[in-house]
Amino acid sequence: MTTLDSTVDYDVLIPNNVALASDARVRRGLERWHPGYIDWWMDMGPDGFQTSDVYLRTAVRVESKGADKWAVFDYVKMPDYRWGILLAPQDPDRKIPFGRHVGEPAWQEVPGEYRAMLRRLIVIQGDTEPASVEQQRFLGKTAPSLYDMRNLFQVNVEEGRHLWAMVYLLQKYFGRDGREEAGELLRRRSGSDDAPRMLGAFNEETPDWLSFFLFTFFTDRDGRMQLESLAQSGFDPLSRTCRFMLTEEAFHMFVGETGVTRIVQRTCEAMREAGIDDPTDVEAVRALGVIDLPTIQKKVNLHYSLTLDLFGSELSTNSANFFNAGLKGRFREHRLDDDHRLHKATYGIPEPSNGAWKTVEHPALNALNARLRDDFTGDCSLGVGRWNKTIRQAGVDFEITLPHVAFHRQIGVYRDLHATPDGEIVPEDEWTRRRHEWLPDDGDRAFIESLMNPEFRPGHYASWIAEPRIRINHKPGDFEWVKLAEA
Amino acid sequence: MSKQATADGPSGHPAGETAATEPIDFRTDPDRYRHWQLRIEPPLAFLTLEVDEQAGLRPGYQLKQNSYDLGVDFELYDATQRLRFEHPEVHAVVLRSDRDRIFCAGANIGMLGASSHQLKVNFCKFTNETRLAIEDACQHSGQRYLCAIRGTAAGGGYELALACDRILLADDGSSAVSLPEVPLLGVLPGTGGLTRLLDKRRVRRDRADLFCTLEEGVKGRRAVDWNLVDELLPRSSFDDGASTRALEIAATSDRPDDDGGADWPGVETKLVGDSIVYSTLRIEFDRELGAARLTVLGPSEPPPGDAPEALAGSAAFWPLVLARELDDALLHLRLNETRIGQLVIESEGDLGAVAAFDAFLHRTREHWFVREVLLYWKRVLKRLDLTARSVFTLIAPGSCFAGLLLELPLASDRSYMFEGESEDGALPPSIQLGELNFGAFPTPNGLSRLETRFLGEEDATERLRELVGAPLEAEDAEAAGLVTEILDDLDWEDEVRIALEERASFSPDALTALEANLRFPGPETLESKIFGRLSAWQNWIFQRPNAVGEEGALRLYGTGRRPRFDSERI
Repeated sequence: MTTLDSTVDYDVLIPNNVALASDARVRRGLERWHPGYIDWWMDMGPDGFQTSDVYLRTAVRVESKGADKWAVFDYVKMPDYRWGILLAPQDPDRKIPFGRHVGEPAWQEVPGEYRAMLRRLIVIQGDTEPASVEQQRFLGKTAPSLYDMRNLFQVNVEEGRHLWAMVYLLQKYFGRDGREEAGELLRRRSGSDDAPRMLGAFNEETPDWLSFFLFTFFTDRDGRMQLESLAQSGFDPLSRTCRFMLTEEAFHMFVGETGVTRIVQRTCEAMREAGIDDPTDVEAVRALGVIDLPTIQKKVNLHYSLTLDLFGSELSTNSANFFNAGLKGRFREHRLDDDHRLHKATYGIPEPSNGAWKTVEHPALNALNARLRDDFTGDCSLGVGRWNKTIRQAGVDFEITLPHVAFHRQIGVYRDLHATPDGEIVPEDEWTRRRHEWLPDDGDRAFIESLMNPEFRPGHYASWIAEPRIRINHKPGDFEWVKLAEA
Repeated sequence: MSKQATADGPSGHPAGETAATEPIDFRTDPDRYRHWQLRIEPPLAFLTLEVDEQAGLRPGYQLKQNSYDLGVDFELYDATQRLRFEHPEVHAVVLRSDRDRIFCAGANIGMLGASSHQLKVNFCKFTNETRLAIEDACQHSGQRYLCAIRGTAAGGGYELALACDRILLADDGSSAVSLPEVPLLGVLPGTGGLTRLLDKRRVRRDRADLFCTLEEGVKGRRAVDWNLVDELLPRSSFDDGASTRALEIAATSDRPDDDGGADWPGVETKLVGDSIVYSTLRIEFDRELGAARLTVLGPSEPPPGDAPEALAGSAAFWPLVLARELDDALLHLRLNETRIGQLVIESEGDLGAVAAFDAFLHRTREHWFVREVLLYWKRVLKRLDLTARSVFTLIAPGSCFAGLLLELPLASDRSYMFEGESEDGALPPSIQLGELNFGAFPTPNGLSRLETRFLGEEDATERLRELVGAPLEAEDAEAAGLVTEILDDLDWEDEVRIALEERASFSPDALTALEANLRFPGPETLESKIFGRLSAWQNWIFQRPNAVGEEGALRLYGTGRRPRFDSERI
């Protein structure tokens, strides 16, 4: 019933719109899990700011109704954040939109034959949510402004909520196995030698703010693509969960895109003020205390290629199984005009052939990862276009580009190739020799790190990043986004 | 006309006339491994699985996720053999993988889906034999295997672990063991998985049932509680922990620390017309009859004085050379000569010379090298027991079936012995029992071939032991129950011909099943259950539409489409 579950019960330990009050088994399970979660947040959440008051957004309903917005803003100490379980409203007539069960009523319970597959999908998605919090836990200390610090923490608490969302599904629908997996999600830690996170990219540290913005631009966008495909799921509770998560995820994309835009803008402004025309004069630009555009391009190359690996192998049995079973669809499946079964369809993947790239057709079911990756690339291009617009408007002659999909890949059909960002296949030794032209080297990293000095005065920004044009909730420029606790 | 084997194909074997593709080459050496890395650090050895995706034995599939095909297992077999013979200083072996998140995903499904029934069956049989050889090394060679699983060991990957003495699992919240064949592929964990779970690791049957339907398997504490693995180790010190455990079990070994290893040159063959000529063995084909005539050649020199001398001359040590050549021949016949339904075994040589070797081996059996030779003979004879061909031995004048060679007629489905002098004046043949016939070479049912032959006759062993060392001519051999029929010069040729022609007229399927049922009477062992029960059911499933039909689970795996099962229970 739409009206019921669009409001959230906040008078309980775990805010929710899933009638936890009348579901004693799941409520007990989640209440037992709760202390472990808080321990995890204290151990692995933002380091040094747990007692500060942060101006955060908290979801209070799952859709805005007139003047009643879906979220409210207020100062909160992060450990007191109300992490809740929120599912998008249920459509009682929803049908399974794709796969062999297309057109059948969506499942409200886990179908026995797909239990293992569903559990795996949810565990993998769930594992990425806390991972990014862990990767970013030291960034607060070098924040270029209180505004950016607040945005970081907003992203962090919402990733924490997304963990809750996945844990709810595990506990509600997967019995003892689900409870065990929920515990494991807290036990694995990003970068841990003993129990690392499941996907490689989530075990890398996020060492600086440029990395953070590119991570939210690229890697959170992969997360968004995954959520978009899971939002299509025939398993309705998963679909509803992901649909609401997407509401929050939009902000994470915003942080990434505007963060890079502001860096690029500041670089161009500084170049103009100093009368530097050549964007590739790295030393001169760096001397201005801003990040030169070629280094930003290298970081783009790095984060984009690492993120492509997260889509998995271009040709995948698992993704075929997930789709055919009706568990994980394509990006915006409901807008696609085909039979939604794909038994006879094909999908083209560029493969090298005699020094050129040739599109080779594969069964579409097996190529779903490649397809989602292509959708991702399309989505990224829009954001990159906006960065370039900023550069053009500043009168600087430079264009940021996305490298070829085969560049710097560790997973999938391009794994054993050595391709340049332009897609030229070169011998391994040449690639290794020229690697520093395309990817950040120690010198680049050291330079970026040298700029990472905290700027904690309200209304002030570090030298290398411009002030935002639009601020959260229309607050004034000198607003104190984070009230730092006394040391 | 004779020519070098290398000119005739990768394995030095002629292409069988019926082989649709080029012969399968199963010979290899560490320099040519594509999938395994062998590192020796006495008293340990590390066998690291790192499958080359692009190096499948046949085109048409990629060996993703450290999955294996026959080619991967040929290398494993080669490595296990070398570790036993070339490396007495290796007392424990660690099976491992460096792949991220995956230890081994088991047999490659694309390969299975594309293989003929015959190839699937022979693939499974060979992998089973190799895993049993690993267990044999653990139990009898003082060379124990430990499996260190980091990542997922699924299906055949976990079955490989089950063949080891100890299984270590990384405790990282994601490393797991699983047997997902039933839910994913509609087949069984047929490389000993089901049998070893119950009979070796004593996993409770209801838990085994649950485990075998859990696609994602079991990890962490529960894997230990159910005895699916022996121990959990933290991921950060996993390699060190595995080495420590391996050193502990290595300390229990009775293998020498400082002895040199045996020589292990490649097996050489020459092709003469349609015959394959080894140094101690000759194979001639009668393709019309569908028979291969295997003639074993006795030793040309007396046995060495002691075991170290045998080791020093290992490259030419007759019992070892013959074991290797027989092994090679059986694999070739199985994989590349599928239309050859009968093996006719004969021998040429001096009975006394063979008996002398037999006595030598028995006398020096405590020496590690001789022990290995005897264990190898045991395994080769089992390979013969498990070969789906009718096996007849002809004991003709000039033959030398004494001691270990007498195991060949004892392993045969039937044996025919020539009685009396032949028209050309050749002396009547004799056979001779040796000490090794009384327990050195058990069959898969755990009994010697003599015990198997005289099942239920409690005093048979006593009766036969009195005959050790005595040449037995046909009448005595028949009276002792050691041969099927004796035939004199008048009948020999015709009777033998008729027996072979009659055999060739029967259904090959019925013969395979008949022989498999009659060869292993008496008690069951883990081994006999694997081949007699697990493999038989697996091979049945491999023929059923629910697995291999157009909409069968094995056929559709990887396409994303779900199988459609015929719900009828058989």
